[in-house]
Amino acid sequence: MKFAVVVFPGSNCDHDAYHAVKHVLGQEAEFVWHKDASLAGADAVILPGGFAHGDYLRTGAIARFSPIMREVRRFADAGGPVLGICNGFQVLLEAGLLPGAMLRNRSVKFQCEYVFLRVEQTDTPFTAGCRRGQILKVPIAHGEGNYYAEPDVIERLERNRQVIFRYTTATGAVTADANPNGSVRNIAGLCSDRRNVVGLMPHPERACELSLGSSDGLVVLESVVTFLSQGAVAAAR
Amino acid sequence: MTVSDELLQQHGLTPGEYQRILEMLAREPTLTELGIFSVMWSEHCSYKSSRVHLRKLPTSGKRVLQGPGENAGAVDIGDGLAAVFKIESHNHPSFIEPYQGAATGVGGIIRDIFTMGARPIALLNSLRFGPLDDPLVRRTFAGVVAGIAGYGNSIGIPTVGGEIAFDESYTRNPLVNVFCLGIANAHEIVKAAASGPGNAVYYVGAKTGRDGIHGATMASAEFDDKSAEKRPAVQVGDPFMEKLLLEACLEVMKTDALVGIQDMGAAGLTCSTCEMGARGGAGIAIDVSLVPQRETGMTPYEIMLSESQERMLLVVKRGREQDVERIFEKWDLHAVRIGEVTTNGRLCVKNRGDVVADIPTASLTDEAPLYERPMTEPAYIADARRLSLSALGKPAAPSGLFRRLIASPSIASKRWVYRQYDHMVRTNTLVVPGMGAGVVRVKGTRRALALSVDGNGRYVYLDPFAGAQLAVAEAARNVACVGAQPVGATNCLNFGNPERPEIMWQFARAVEGMAAACRALDIPITGGNVSLYNETDGRAVLPTPVIGVVGIVDDASRIVRRAFQREGDAIVLLGSSADELGGSEYLKTIHGLVHGSPPALDLAREAALQRLLANGVAQGLIRSAHDCAEGGLAITLAECCFDTGLGARAEVAAVDAATAEFRDIATVFGESASRVVVSVDPQMVDQLADLARQERVPAAIIGRVGGDRIRIVVDGRAVIDEPLAETERIWSNAIGGYFESQRAIA
Repeated sequence: MKFAVVVFPGSNCDHDAYHAVKHVLGQEAEFVWHKDASLAGADAVILPGGFAHGDYLRTGAIARFSPIMREVRRFADAGGPVLGICNGFQVLLEAGLLPGAMLRNRSVKFQCEYVFLRVEQTDTPFTAGCRRGQILKVPIAHGEGNYYAEPDVIERLERNRQVIFRYTTATGAVTADANPNGSVRNIAGLCSDRRNVVGLMPHPERACELSLGSSDGLVVLESVVTFLSQGAVAAAR
Repeated sequence: MTVSDELLQQHGLTPGEYQRILEMLAREPTLTELGIFSVMWSEHCSYKSSRVHLRKLPTSGKRVLQGPGENAGAVDIGDGLAAVFKIESHNHPSFIEPYQGAATGVGGIIRDIFTMGARPIALLNSLRFGPLDDPLVRRTFAGVVAGIAGYGNSIGIPTVGGEIAFDESYTRNPLVNVFCLGIANAHEIVKAAASGPGNAVYYVGAKTGRDGIHGATMASAEFDDKSAEKRPAVQVGDPFMEKLLLEACLEVMKTDALVGIQDMGAAGLTCSTCEMGARGGAGIAIDVSLVPQRETGMTPYEIMLSESQERMLLVVKRGREQDVERIFEKWDLHAVRIGEVTTNGRLCVKNRGDVVADIPTASLTDEAPLYERPMTEPAYIADARRLSLSALGKPAAPSGLFRRLIASPSIASKRWVYRQYDHMVRTNTLVVPGMGAGVVRVKGTRRALALSVDGNGRYVYLDPFAGAQLAVAEAARNVACVGAQPVGATNCLNFGNPERPEIMWQFARAVEGMAAACRALDIPITGGNVSLYNETDGRAVLPTPVIGVVGIVDDASRIVRRAFQREGDAIVLLGSSADELGGSEYLKTIHGLVHGSPPALDLAREAALQRLLANGVAQGLIRSAHDCAEGGLAITLAECCFDTGLGARAEVAAVDAATAEFRDIATVFGESASRVVVSVDPQMVDQLADLARQERVPAAIIGRVGGDRIRIVVDGRAVIDEPLAETERIWSNAIGGYFESQRAIA
């Protein structure tokens, strides 16, 4: 199985995603340059973290115009699994592949620390291997991860079960203290209405080896392997 | 051109130095030439006051691949790889404009590392500020931290460690020392030398503006109340541009089209051209009208002296220009040919063909002025060394003092700071900041590198020779606590005005101390930085040599951390305690005093302790290890309890104290060197004791891990007995507490 890791100028977690896929998960991985016009025959796409184009405008606002994004959209429209991590999530929001927007963290500071995530839904390519309600210890590292959408959009997301990850306590309680950045309803990650595009602010690719502090994030990447091997989206390509 | 005294003064040149310029050129300099001499002969670029002393440092060793003189040093770490590292200061810019000053400091040191062909993988920093109850200091502190975060996070290099201390002397002269380490293939280290006549000289990166003109000269002058007016001399950083440069340059280096490369840091285009020419024994001719410019009407003088950030100078093999240009185009960067390498050993600067400067490169570098400045032992020393504890009256109960010390910003948790730094990106960080040495694994190998930066200005103030030795010992000990073997170091020497004999004496003695300690511990210094004139209104900072030590762990899976791991483990103190409160955090925080002699250091015993740690960890005998530093045994034990929630019950004998009333204080808060608290599986204690005996390191079981309190019994009396959770809360919130009002608004 092959993962494409998209590299925007300013991506800086591209190597981390590549390492997790290739050396921890043991799957194929290939970097795809943002000016490329092809996803190199990948089965799944990762938009990695970083500061694409420096993020001097809104985060992700320039990256959505990169040539590769046309291809990412086509891949997503065909049902292919797309994972946006941190800045990659922000790019998906700007590109309109997921709804809503990011505000600055409530602390008005960059925050790098472990948080606890509760898996809300398991019928996406990136949570298929999880238990519903499973708690994952995964780090965040962002200055603008305060998720916002209009109330009617939030209602729709909840109704359609598109909220995939929520910030919680270690025991799974949704509390204000467990919310690191002020996100509406502790939302940490979403999926598209067709459920194949998933974006989240925390970094599962940084939590794939116990020696680094946690291996809870590996299940996110493993999920897509299981999901695809079951042929669920074999027609996507 | 008539050169007035005023013009010379503006350029920071003495009449004697001007005379030398006249002799070297055999004519009067042009204004552009005067500017070039001014920055190249500034203290910042020429090390004219420090060079004679720096020669005393040991700089070679079997692992050293690159010593001082290049952009950074390098040591062999096995597996065909090199660790390339250096520390540098950005003190003056960070006082004038904290965010940008600190950010561009990070940008500068990162360029030094990737210029050598290394992929930067870790940052550390050593910071000094005034007391946090001063609003000016809070602004500087918050700005510096945000600047380091802003640059490092964006470019994607983790900040994995560092240290921060607070003292009044740094109020209007903070210290911002930034360390960067990268990994390169040992046989592919790139040099910053220009050679091969006719080879093209390329300019790559950001356009040149008027920012930072005379930054190097500014960094070589004392501050006064007009310093804020120097703001235009501070540069503005663009981490995104640097990220592009980093990736593009590493890609170019994979080809064999490159002859040499140097970043444009202090003194910009001037320094990079003449240093590359001098190193290669060649000349360089450039035309400044070809330099990409951000502003209109810039003069050759301004272009040559600009310190605009994120710019590189490359020498490319003739015929390979297109290969290089193609890579930069991929990254949307423009590589512009601005000149070529020549044979005449001169820096020749033209403006649309007219020669505006023509100077032998050696006169700007190797033949720059060298001073053996006069030195005198400062008068304060004799008085400051005297410590009369009995004059302090009867000490308060240790438990209360412990609570005050744990909340002292120099000791308190720095989480408020490092939470703002991305310390995990690149997925190598095995030990996060705030836990002693930072540890990063080296992907593709079984090894890890342990990194520590340390320095204690109070010790150096009281005894520069001993204080600098203690800094080396502590940094190396921190690295050894992880289980690493120290293999190389870089230093950043922050002192006052070298034209004052007392400061020069401090400097010279500190360098001698550092040299002696590095020799004894077999840690060569592969490069570094000197920052002088750290004074505001004639008041110098505490003399603060900072050392960054790099250690190798052969098996990354064996490293140990600071926190206690298991209930019931034996707590063992390696090393011995004495009546040593001189220069301590206790005296400073509780009594506001910097007095006495720093702790005694026996370098042979220190080396033995570090060998013991490395062996003990490698043999799996040690479950956690933490060095005793500021605040002594009590603070060390407390820090071992934090994060895992395991308490400690310890029992020690009182030290033999000269002032009986201070016996308990000296026992729990004294800062005797060469001590480490380790926790050990009770079954393994005998084996560790055997190992300690072989190294002749005292080792005593002083207690057990467990419970929910920190309890220290001295001669049968409980002198500290505090609830762990409450202690950890005080420690965790102390620094954030100074910013509480801001948080309420947010």
